Amino acid sequence: MLSVHEVTTAYQGLVAISAVSIEVQKGEIVCVAGANGAGKSTLLKSIAGAERPRSGTVTFDGKRLDGMAQHHITATGIAYVPENRRLFPRLSVRDNLRLGSYLYRGEANREEPLDLVFTLFPRLSERLEQRAETLSGGEQQMLAIGRALMTRPRLLMLDEPSQGIMPKLVDEIFQAVKRIRDAGMTVLIVEQRMAECLEIADRAYILQTGRVLMQGAASEIIGNPDVRKAYLGL
Amino acid sequence: MGLLYGLIAVGLALIFGLMDVTNFAHGEFLMIAMYLSFFLFAFFAIDPLLSAPLVAAAMFVFGAVVYLLVVRFAMRAKANAGMVQIFTTFGLAILMRGLAQFFFTPDYRSIPQSWVGGKTISIAGIFLPAPQLIGALVSILAFAGLYLFIHRTDFGRALEATREDPGAVALVGIDKNRVFALGWGLGAALVGLAGAIMASFFYIYPDVGASFALIAYVTVALGGFGSVFGAFAGGIIVGLVEATTALVLPPSLKSVGIYAVYLLVVFIRPRGLFGSM
Repeated sequence: MLSVHEVTTAYQGLVAISAVSIEVQKGEIVCVAGANGAGKSTLLKSIAGAERPRSGTVTFDGKRLDGMAQHHITATGIAYVPENRRLFPRLSVRDNLRLGSYLYRGEANREEPLDLVFTLFPRLSERLEQRAETLSGGEQQMLAIGRALMTRPRLLMLDEPSQGIMPKLVDEIFQAVKRIRDAGMTVLIVEQRMAECLEIADRAYILQTGRVLMQGAASEIIGNPDVRKAYLGL
Repeated sequence: MGLLYGLIAVGLALIFGLMDVTNFAHGEFLMIAMYLSFFLFAFFAIDPLLSAPLVAAAMFVFGAVVYLLVVRFAMRAKANAGMVQIFTTFGLAILMRGLAQFFFTPDYRSIPQSWVGGKTISIAGIFLPAPQLIGALVSILAFAGLYLFIHRTDFGRALEATREDPGAVALVGIDKNRVFALGWGLGAALVGLAGAIMASFFYIYPDVGASFALIAYVTVALGGFGSVFGAFAGGIIVGLVEATTALVLPPSLKSVGIYAVYLLVVFIRPRGLFGSM
């Protein structure tokens, strides 16, 4: 479904990821793990069009994405939830969600994914009139995922969804990711919390200093003694 | 008059709030709109009141084109972006003034006979000049329309979202450049509407925008940066202050009151009366 081929992205001459290749099949949950600065966020940005790769190709269902404008990439069916969530802080929860369905304005069933969003995150439905900035960190993450779901993605990309969130809600969000996959979507997730991420993922990649260090089934990686020692502290 | 000041300032506040760019050519937008109105009258004998929607529509296109052809590139500056934007719109202002002097000549022009020009309307024994009254009415309608547009439509919501975080709208599939162009178009259309109305009771000449633009900047600062409602309310206040000053001081000093109130507000409440920044 998604194929990233030897993508290199640099910021002002500093190479953040170098010749990274990953594959995501339809219906999978794929986890990209790695330490801070390994290039995980850059990888997602390069796919989403928020950064322009210096070289390499990104293809999504046979369509070349590299070089395409970011809003066009969203319209092809990739929803991207960035690390800092990028909600519209002074707009209400309702308006944030409605903006998610902007591409479907004028359609009668534009609010269709709302049912799924409220099933996954019932607390959002209680806070519809609140400004997004008044939500807690966990709720903001839920809203960011909810807004992304409103764009009706086939592929959902999450950057560090657990960041800055209390442990109880982290669990809730990972459970939601599983249910999003069960609803027919594909999920590519980038995380520092490798243990939780590998638990729900089908396959995983480990990035280190901008390169793919290891890849395979999540169960294999979680069982690898080196990984256990270096990343999981076991 | 205050409502017209408000209408001019709203256009400026809209663009500023949307993208933090001050349009220093705002007064020249007003000037172009006034000339448009004048020529429509001179060549086709269309009354300024009738041609106002036409002028507003033309100005919408003009504003959007100015964004797409000029401002968009100015915003790409990597260093000193604020300065580049200031000098770009300022340069645009001077260019527009120069072109107006060349093509339209510096002569003062006016629309001698319009439906409302020079007439008065009496309300409860008070005689009010008709053009100003119509201007006030049009301003209120335009502001109400803008308010509904921002709060009730998807484009309006996209405008608000872009103003919150232009880097995030692509996440929901919105092209920020289109929204910016729309914002410039709307801002220009609003000032265009004001210009069209004012054409029937002000002299029209290439520098006419300058004094009104200055008042518009004061109005925006008074009402609160980035607040469209504040700009409109600020316009009303400026109009009232101007009228009151004219009663107590000689007419030539009527602007003094505006700037005095402006300084007072800036000292006491730097973000403006209704500002949230």
